[in-house]
Amino acid sequence: MAIQLCEVSKSFDGKPVLVNLSHSFPDGGISCVLGPSGCGKTTLLRILMGLLEPDSGRILGLPGRCSAVFQEDRLIEHASALANVRIALKRDFPAGRIAEALSAVGLADAMAQPVRELSGGMKRRVAIVRALLSDAPLLLMDEPFRGLDRATRERVIRFSRPLMAGRTAIVVTHDPEEPAMLGGSVYEINAPSA
Amino acid sequence: MKRSTTSADRSHRLWAVAFWIAVWQLLAMAVGQRVLLASPLETAKRLVELIPTLEYWRSILFTLGHILAGFLAACLAGTLLAALSARFGRIAELLAPLLATIRSIPVASFVIVALIWVPSRRLSVLISFLIAMPIVYAGVLDGIRSADPQLIEMARIFRMTPFNRLAYLYLPSILPRFATSAGVAIGLAWKSGVAAEVIGIPGGSIGEKLYRAKIYLATPDLFAWTLTIVALSVLCERAIRALLALAQRRMEGR
Repeated sequence: MAIQLCEVSKSFDGKPVLVNLSHSFPDGGISCVLGPSGCGKTTLLRILMGLLEPDSGRILGLPGRCSAVFQEDRLIEHASALANVRIALKRDFPAGRIAEALSAVGLADAMAQPVRELSGGMKRRVAIVRALLSDAPLLLMDEPFRGLDRATRERVIRFSRPLMAGRTAIVVTHDPEEPAMLGGSVYEINAPSA
Repeated sequence: MKRSTTSADRSHRLWAVAFWIAVWQLLAMAVGQRVLLASPLETAKRLVELIPTLEYWRSILFTLGHILAGFLAACLAGTLLAALSARFGRIAELLAPLLATIRSIPVASFVIVALIWVPSRRLSVLISFLIAMPIVYAGVLDGIRSADPQLIEMARIFRMTPFNRLAYLYLPSILPRFATSAGVAIGLAWKSGVAAEVIGIPGGSIGEKLYRAKIYLATPDLFAWTLTIVALSVLCERAIRALLALAQRRMEGR
């Protein structure tokens, strides 16, 4: 079932961020949300995550569970990359698959290290793996490839695509190249004043 | 490097301690009456006489056991109530006036009221509990409330288990605050617990020894037992801080 936004509005302290937003995100497809800074992309994702309530409007077809790559990495700094991914997954998730996934994004030698010792790009990859290995039907990603160099980004996207296949994924991005790299459709949001 | 800094700190502290012992000795010599002010030498001599006696160690065990029992009960109750207060705002509201009252009531008033209800042998357990519990409660509640809200959102999205939430989100924030509050609480538990014993005079306690020293004007005894209390209080505080620091290091994988 597609996720439908029906005239969704949200404002903060009287300042409108989303105004009567209506759109349908296809079920099982990748949708890339583009738009200028401050147009409400992150607010939209937080509403879809259930972390914010819209002021008005409705959202139809939201599944009960989602996984996410937040704008920040949101990792447990003292825990290893392996532990960070493991604690976000179901108890019976095979540890070998986590190690394989971390290796696939270039973290083979770093997966046992505490996350606080990793670089920004490495932390981002841990956050991406954590979201992708979750079996939630909805994947919400807020600029997931931010801070990755081109070669690493291509590697991570190659790893991500099969894991995103068949799931509804909504990816916020600033990079106009990413929709094509991910094979997703584009949904542009304009700033409320526009 | 770290070790030499620590030993430098220690030698500074020893120098200051030696200075104040010298001041104490000079004052005692100036007063010239051991009933009014026992000198450090007289106190040390009395302590050396007390240490080999069975009675000395029995009294220590009695008071140590009771105060630790009160303190541990305070840690359990304080942690449980803090968890409930963090979860249900109404419980925090309900407890606030009660804990503020407990904090401001003088120990002596508690002791006198408690003596009506509790046998004097158990008095120090109750009093050290009452004094330590609000401190532990405040520390743990602050720790829970200081947990990273972004990580809490992450845990909600990924449906982390309650155990993992506790271990990875809350304990890192609670443990340092719990260590600080438990350190303060154990010191106050000793002070209030012994004060309760001095008023309740349970047989075989340190408080009873202090009381008898006062009655018989045995000032060196009073000072020797006071030194014992200070040493026990400091030892307990250090042991608790070391245990919690170890737990924190283990948790953080250091």
